[in-house]
Amino acid sequence: MRWTTCLAVAAAILLTGCSGAGNWGWYVIDPSTPAGYTNIQFLLSGFGATILVSVIAAILSMTLGLIVALPGMSQNRWLRLPSRIYVEFVRAIPLLPMLFWVFYGLPVVLKSIGINVSIDAFWGAVITLAISDSAFTAEIYRSGIQSIAKGQREAARTIGLSYGQTMRYVILPQAIKRILPPLANQFIYIVKMSAFASVIGMQELTRRANELVVTEYRPLEIYTLLIFEYLVLVLVISFFVRWLERKMGADESR
Amino acid sequence: MDTAKQAIKIRGLNKWYDDFHALKDIDLAVAHGERVVICGPSGSGKSTLIRCVNSLETHNTGTIIVDGIEMKDEVSINEILSEVGMVFQQFNLFPHLTILQNLTLGPIKARGMTKAAAEERAMKYLERVRIPDQAHKRPAELSGGQQQRVAIARSLCMEPKIMLFDEPTSALDPEMISEVLDVIIDLAESGMTMICVTHEMGFARKAADRMVFMDQGEIIETGTPEEFFSAPKTKRCQTFLNQILQH
Repeated sequence: MRWTTCLAVAAAILLTGCSGAGNWGWYVIDPSTPAGYTNIQFLLSGFGATILVSVIAAILSMTLGLIVALPGMSQNRWLRLPSRIYVEFVRAIPLLPMLFWVFYGLPVVLKSIGINVSIDAFWGAVITLAISDSAFTAEIYRSGIQSIAKGQREAARTIGLSYGQTMRYVILPQAIKRILPPLANQFIYIVKMSAFASVIGMQELTRRANELVVTEYRPLEIYTLLIFEYLVLVLVISFFVRWLERKMGADESR
Repeated sequence: MDTAKQAIKIRGLNKWYDDFHALKDIDLAVAHGERVVICGPSGSGKSTLIRCVNSLETHNTGTIIVDGIEMKDEVSINEILSEVGMVFQQFNLFPHLTILQNLTLGPIKARGMTKAAAEERAMKYLERVRIPDQAHKRPAELSGGQQQRVAIARSLCMEPKIMLFDEPTSALDPEMISEVLDVIIDLAESGMTMICVTHEMGFARKAADRMVFMDQGEIIETGTPEEFFSAPKTKRCQTFLNQILQH
């Protein structure tokens, strides 16, 4: 249903463009001409980088989020405090300034403490996306885990399970059904935000579109294609999220 | 009585929730093999008291000694936990595991038993609570009464010396109450030390060695069931019994 709608919209835009009534110049990405074919190949080859940076950032963010979330649920307020501060702090920083800080600033900070690494655009983007998203994944973990009734934890305690065992065998297997769908949704956010990596020069979808616009001066057509590139990517993920939600929902009633 | 011979010894126990004084100077000793029933109006601190015994609630002042172990640090708490089983009002079975897995989780993970040995023990206790045929179902497929009996079996699988029951029949439909109480009476007759918080006065009469009446965070009266039901000493206890036995 959604696929057909989106195809219809795409067709409508293309048709208006090709009808000659407006100032559309689809030749710039027309695969039947050699120049257009080269251009479209250049644009589409950004998929690899966008997907790679998003997947790695998502994995890191999920790990980091769990590390932040667990002490955040402690009874002890001194364990809880750093987690709260991290979430509030990271959530308050807009992605773009954080990206600049990581890319230009972090190597300087690291150098001053004796770690001599350069951070390239790819890793700059991965680190920024992972940190920025981890504040949200931490909250997803927290709400998912806290939604499991307190009685489960108490019962686990009375049969002698340690904190780690309680998490692993009792809480997380139940919480995962409530955590995974919003976590997968969060992946969509990462994919979209990865477009910011273009400003530090990473050759992903948006950067390639920008570069082509500069040489071809056809922003409307190229950015339209760019939007559809993200649309396809996000629709594929959201299809997966729906499937996951159905699967998890089915598990619950078993 | 010699302290070493006592299963539970509570002295001068106080607990506050912020400004609310939930437990006031509680003194209570329970001998090995003794069955104590705690009753009282809601909010009187009955549940809080037994939850303090296995450290599900922390107390502010006073001492709790369980089977000679004084509750003070994480080590002693873990020792105490291994001797005390608990059955909750809401059963608290693990919904994602089968009945058998619910019963074997503790023995395998906390006690390091082999799966085979743990399953053998689990089946023994499932038979004792009279539902061995449900072993491979999930909790949601069982009736409330069956779930509570599984919860009792789950506690017994840890082979505790003391069992605590926190209103074990309050969440059950009336027709399922007796099947759970029968199992508890069975357990009582086997010589298990137990403290049971309940409003089931018929059960208390049958199973208890001693009644404890609590109101507003204090122990108001204790006595044998005969004394307690026929000749309550305090006004508050009389009022409570009149209200609860009216119907």
